[in-house]
Amino acid sequence: MRVADLSDAELRAALQGDGLDIRTGPFACRIRSELPDIADNIGLLYADQPLGQSDEFIDFDVRIAPPRGLRRWWRPQVLFRYDDWVPFKPLPADQAVPMLEWGLNWCVSSHAHQYLILHAAVLEKDGRALIFPAPPGSGKSTLCAALACHGWRLLSDELGLIDLQDGHCHGLARPVNLKNRSIDVLQERLPEAVFSRPFRDTAKGTVALMRPPEESVRRAAEPAMPGWIVSVRYEAGARTHFKACGKGRMFMQVANTAFNYILLAQRGFRSLGQLVRTSDCYELVYSDLDDVLALFDRLEPPETREVAG
Amino acid sequence: MRQRLIRELAVLALRSPECLPGFTPAEWSLLVRQARNSGVLARLQARLEAQGTLQDVPLAARNHLEAARRIADKQMQSARWEIVQIRAALEDSGIPVVLLKGAAYLAAGLPPAIGRMFADIDIMVPETALEQVEKRLMLHGWMAEKLHPYDQRYYREWMHELPPLRHCRRGTVIDVHHGILPRTSRYALDSRLLHEAAVPVGDGSALRMLAPADMVLHSIVHLFCDGEFDRGLRDLYDIDDLIVHFSADPAFPARLADRAIALGIARPLYYALVWRQRLLGKPAHEDLEPAMRAGAPGPVIGLLMSALLERAMLPSHPSCDQAFTGVARNLLYMRGHWLRMPPRLLLPHLWRKAWRGDSEN
Repeated sequence: MRVADLSDAELRAALQGDGLDIRTGPFACRIRSELPDIADNIGLLYADQPLGQSDEFIDFDVRIAPPRGLRRWWRPQVLFRYDDWVPFKPLPADQAVPMLEWGLNWCVSSHAHQYLILHAAVLEKDGRALIFPAPPGSGKSTLCAALACHGWRLLSDELGLIDLQDGHCHGLARPVNLKNRSIDVLQERLPEAVFSRPFRDTAKGTVALMRPPEESVRRAAEPAMPGWIVSVRYEAGARTHFKACGKGRMFMQVANTAFNYILLAQRGFRSLGQLVRTSDCYELVYSDLDDVLALFDRLEPPETREVAG
Repeated sequence: MRQRLIRELAVLALRSPECLPGFTPAEWSLLVRQARNSGVLARLQARLEAQGTLQDVPLAARNHLEAARRIADKQMQSARWEIVQIRAALEDSGIPVVLLKGAAYLAAGLPPAIGRMFADIDIMVPETALEQVEKRLMLHGWMAEKLHPYDQRYYREWMHELPPLRHCRRGTVIDVHHGILPRTSRYALDSRLLHEAAVPVGDGSALRMLAPADMVLHSIVHLFCDGEFDRGLRDLYDIDDLIVHFSADPAFPARLADRAIALGIARPLYYALVWRQRLLGKPAHEDLEPAMRAGAPGPVIGLLMSALLERAMLPSHPSCDQAFTGVARNLLYMRGHWLRMPPRLLLPHLWRKAWRGDSEN
């Protein structure tokens, strides 16, 4: 069963009652909320996500709810609750939906230490992972959304999970978080894609969420071998500039943005070393999306080229 | 699942790990969350690992246990480094520095250190040396955080510790104590006695820790006089680990009883032993009887505290709540304040807190 198989009333009843159990990649999440905004957007953005089985292990039990007291009515706010715990300050009620997304990201990045957790967008093609490490504002989400609707499978727009045992990349196939100008750009380019309404004045400016393509959700449990790591920078008016990048430098860039590199200590060092060694590393400066999509279409997987060379 | 069982999953798992293979996935997810909220998730991992049964835990739950242990180990490593830094700041001053709680367990290699979450490092120095210690720590980068003048006064005049000192670069926090109970506490406890009995931690440094009986009593006082029971289970296990460890010396139970009576804190020892038996299933050694008798409350208080602790000692997780759990936690919180200062100080204090409540949070 998928979320879309529930009627609107069933979806709301689950969210308001014992919780809606959904699977996102390797994790089972239980979501509760009485807010209509959350129900509407889960119905919209998580439509293809599989529902959890009954009596399943739940990784993250979260709730989006108004705080007690005055702020329920006066300039209403919402809280993200993880079990009974409130890890963040409240946000204006209008930002409940992005708050759920950020909260679920936080759940993964602060608990799933069986992975090296990269702050990165990750896509897949022919079994190989394409990784765009942060920093935010680099245009990685824009590129990620465009590629996800252009023959690449979305693993995650925000969190790259590297298995510490076998080095494979796992994804979440959750909605893609778009910011500011890239919202209009992508809505125009991708008329078939499904977007949430814009949420204004958040900490990251205006934010909108794009529903992950159906195929990426259906195949969310399939990991990918490392393929390419590309450090991206959007620069208005720039010509596409794509060149190989030193592996040492890439190692440092990814290490600096990973969530639990320091926590994992030696295992993190080894895992990241293996990831960088087995991936081709590039730097990309771009402004023209079409140009970049064509470029990634031509990208060859690391080993094939090694064999050919 | 019966109601009682659900509430006590974390208690049950640590007390009788042999029943874990019968847990359903849903029970495992509740157990993980209860254990995390009461600070015993990494300890559970350590216990199962030591028993060689960790591999039998279903993978999804095991991932959470292992993650908690990784965090605990990392905190332990940072705490070790912090202790080295404290030595560098204070060792040559000749001031006796006593490591408290987690820092002492870690430096002395005591059982509760394994899988224990660390927030800050606690040390105790003689009251007369406070000013010098604060200055020295400041020279080494630890600064008092900006506090409301009232809070400054609260700490410095009434409490048994300085306001927390945060390191300007590492962000780590030291709590510098001069006693284990507030100056204004109901229990007048002369901390000079604790200093006199303190022993070297045994890591080759000049650092000291409380004598075994005092260490157990400190952990007990911290749990049963402070008013916050969110991590009650964690603290109860610390106490249990220490009692078991020190009881390798057969004279220890009698010494613990004598010391509690001598220091005038037999009451908290009584509660600790009662709840150790109720939740962990471990009866008190017969040599502790005199302290149990000396510390037992009257029947009314006894019943009331039983009803309160029965609720508050369980993990702070919705699945553990029963009727009046919130009320019980609030009453114990007020009791903590009541023990902390006499009414002529407490009432104005709570009044100020209530007034400032909103601007602080």
